[in-house]
Amino acid sequence: MEQLTLFLQQLLNGLSLGSIYALIALGYTMIYGVLRFINFAHGDVYMLGAFAGYFLAPIVGHFISFAEYDAFTPQNILPILTSIGLVMIGSMLICAVIGVVIEKLVYRPLRGRPRLNVLITAIGVSLFLQNMMQYLFGASPRAFPQLIPVQPIEGLGDLTVLTTQAAIILSTIVLMLILRFIVTKTKLGLAMRALSLNPTACSVVGVNNDVVISFTFALGSALAAAAGILVSLDSPSITPMMGNLPGIKAFVAAVLGGIGNIPGAVLGGIIIGVLETMVVGYLRPELRDAIAFAMLIVILLFKPNGILGKVEREKV
Amino acid sequence: MMESLLKLDKCTIRFGGLTAVSNFDLDVGNRDLVGLIGPNGAGKTTIFNIITGVYEPTEGTLSLNGECLNGLRPYAITAKGIARTFQNIRLFPSLTVFDNVRVAFNLHLQHGPIHALTRGRKFIEEEHAIEERTIELLRIFNLDSQCDMMCKNLPYGDQRRLEIVRALATKPKLLLLDEPAAGMNPTEKANLMKLIEFIQEKFDISVLLVEHDMRVVMGICKQIYVLDHGVTIAMGLPEEIRKHPKVIEAYLGEEPVHNG
Amino acid sequence: MSRARLILIISLVVFFFGSVFGDSFKSSVFAYNYDILMTIGVNIILAVSLNLVNGYTGQFSLGHAGFMAVGAYASATWSNNLDPILVNALGGPANLIAVNLAFFISMLVGGVLAAVTGLLVGIPSFRLKGDYLAIVTLGFGEIIRTAILNTDFLGASRGLSVAGAYTNIFWTFGLTAICVYVVLSLVHSTYGRGFLTVRDDEVAAEAMGINTTKYKVIAFVVASFFAGIAGALYAHFKQFVTPEGFNFFRSVDIVVMVILGGMGSTVGVVLAAVSLTILPEILRALSHADLLPPAYNGLLENRLILYSLLLIVLMLTRPQGLLGELNTRRQRLNRRHGGL
Repeated sequence: MEQLTLFLQQLLNGLSLGSIYALIALGYTMIYGVLRFINFAHGDVYMLGAFAGYFLAPIVGHFISFAEYDAFTPQNILPILTSIGLVMIGSMLICAVIGVVIEKLVYRPLRGRPRLNVLITAIGVSLFLQNMMQYLFGASPRAFPQLIPVQPIEGLGDLTVLTTQAAIILSTIVLMLILRFIVTKTKLGLAMRALSLNPTACSVVGVNNDVVISFTFALGSALAAAAGILVSLDSPSITPMMGNLPGIKAFVAAVLGGIGNIPGAVLGGIIIGVLETMVVGYLRPELRDAIAFAMLIVILLFKPNGILGKVEREKV
Repeated sequence: MMESLLKLDKCTIRFGGLTAVSNFDLDVGNRDLVGLIGPNGAGKTTIFNIITGVYEPTEGTLSLNGECLNGLRPYAITAKGIARTFQNIRLFPSLTVFDNVRVAFNLHLQHGPIHALTRGRKFIEEEHAIEERTIELLRIFNLDSQCDMMCKNLPYGDQRRLEIVRALATKPKLLLLDEPAAGMNPTEKANLMKLIEFIQEKFDISVLLVEHDMRVVMGICKQIYVLDHGVTIAMGLPEEIRKHPKVIEAYLGEEPVHNG
Repeated sequence: MSRARLILIISLVVFFFGSVFGDSFKSSVFAYNYDILMTIGVNIILAVSLNLVNGYTGQFSLGHAGFMAVGAYASATWSNNLDPILVNALGGPANLIAVNLAFFISMLVGGVLAAVTGLLVGIPSFRLKGDYLAIVTLGFGEIIRTAILNTDFLGASRGLSVAGAYTNIFWTFGLTAICVYVVLSLVHSTYGRGFLTVRDDEVAAEAMGINTTKYKVIAFVVASFFAGIAGALYAHFKQFVTPEGFNFFRSVDIVVMVILGGMGSTVGVVLAAVSLTILPEILRALSHADLLPPAYNGLLENRLILYSLLLIVLMLTRPQGLLGELNTRRQRLNRRHGGL
């Protein structure tokens, strides 16, 4: 039974990690869907989200002193949730704006140019963001403030579920439901989906492609920011380079699920998260990063369209 | 009775749920000039793509001189002797007129990359020979004075001609021309017709032509296949096709079929 | 004899004599500049070889540093372990011919192993389109680096010491000349025009009988070989290598040189490699010259911030690089005699 508990524990850890990857992967996939472009700088938006939270938390803390709480009690649940909610929403807004600005300034002028050019530009943006942050705030890790008390949740037997993990998973579920609502029930969401299928038809029927694209960037960046905050609950050490590895792993997740496919991104994220946790738990911890790269190569060699993706034919 | 050069036997191609071409038969003989016509979207370029290996037929076979070509990559099919031009001209924009043709001689290159490095006599002699043959080819088609121009600076008609020259440099047995008359005025079209017949004579090859302009097709083709919605609706000599009720019906509302 | 071959042989002779006289500067007042000189040579080899893949063949490889790592570690391991035996067998450590011959073999080992790695990476990768290829090559670069990081006999994160300081002006610039010669003479031939067609229009290229996959793989293998050679030169010059020195940023360094130089212009790429190697030195000097308020000096020294801005600005304003378009004039002049 102990083996089973261990396995379930790993599964849970993987789910928590996978949620983070899923949130970031959603941004990759949505942007690829509307622009057919891999936004190399997306991982760094995740980093910016964490930093935004780092700076927002004390401000929120001024008004709601959440830092005082060591444990959840029925009285302090509301202030704690409110404070973390405010930090998250604030960070998401900031990063949404940053995402839109980057798109307008750098990617939009390059629309129509060879895809390679835009990819190189994205690499440039990514490097710039990382190194600028490093220049401004130094390379040493900073301690993210504790937004919610970290304690195991009672009543789950041998399984140890930390409040942070529960927060990550629950928040992710909530965010995904909101995203689903936006994508399926709002006009902008519908326009997003239409744009990913046929940009020309969209502009013909009166869709303002630019607005939709900006909106997509805003959404994707907001989700990445949320991921940045959530991951800092669990591992409170943030650095300017923290977006590199998760960024590429989330990208692998998006490709695994089928790039451009929204449920695919979630599926891919969870698979990569679980795989990584399993590899660390049952094989060797040194392989944790390599597994994502290995997965990438395996998918691209055998099923480049991903699990839920569709084949795209070039018209000759 | 002409010997068969290219044969398509019950070729069908499906993309997902869409059947683009269905049960298509084609027989191109030696020194034949065959036309493939039909309304837009009938599947003509798809058939070209099947013949040149861009798509593999879902069903049916494709053979050249009896040899099955199914599943071969495009470059391998060109190596067997089938060359093509494209509906939207696809020259190599960063290469000069000269190089566009010269690169097509790669197919029959006797030396390899190593010789390009060692630059021995064999290499230099062969490069000289290729250079001469390239200029010769360009001269035949009146493009030799533009040798060093970037091909994108050529006038439209010259670009189309250059694409044909490039295809001929691969020493094909069968030349596929995809709407060669597109965008041409009547004089240019008349010249094109003479050019195609000239090519057939001089290079001793067969030509398969996709074209919208009836005058061109009726004027030079020995056989015509008519395609609609991926299916052959008529096949035969120009005079027969001209009067064929199904053909007239398919084209109703499009370009009228000319008499005489 | 072809003009190009003549130039190559003359260059090699020049570098040989330059080496005989110039290498004494290795440990003198000019040591710092010697250092930069060697780095310029290594960077030229890296950039020119990558240009064959990214520039001429139009494929996007982001993992070039990985092949450099293979070459560096392979040749270092070989020379560390086998050279004492080999050199003694050939005539002893005082015997210059013996030492250089051993080094030559060790470099070949590095280059060939890197080429083999390139073959293994290239063959499956080239079924993928542009964006994906970039990611896969990045992935392979990282896998190679991670593999070295986790391999104890290669020094892992501690790094690997290299015993022989064999690199000198002759080897570095001789190989630079050879690399430039190889790339230029490959590309300026009927065979080599094929690389450009793969870049321009793969569908049309295949229709003209060009086996596009084969061209891509050949470009990749040749490029990887020279990256390996560059790695070997680097290892036997710095005498110490770590996996971190061959990370993604190193690959980006080289990519920036290729883009700045104009993809598909060897001359431009050489100039870009030289400029970008010297640039950090100039910036460092500038920051010490107090031209800017001290607060901003850090910006000057942070190569990556400037590089990234350079990349963005280049892509927005002049994507063809410094010499991208000008190269076509040379194309027409090179028409005769299969080029050079």
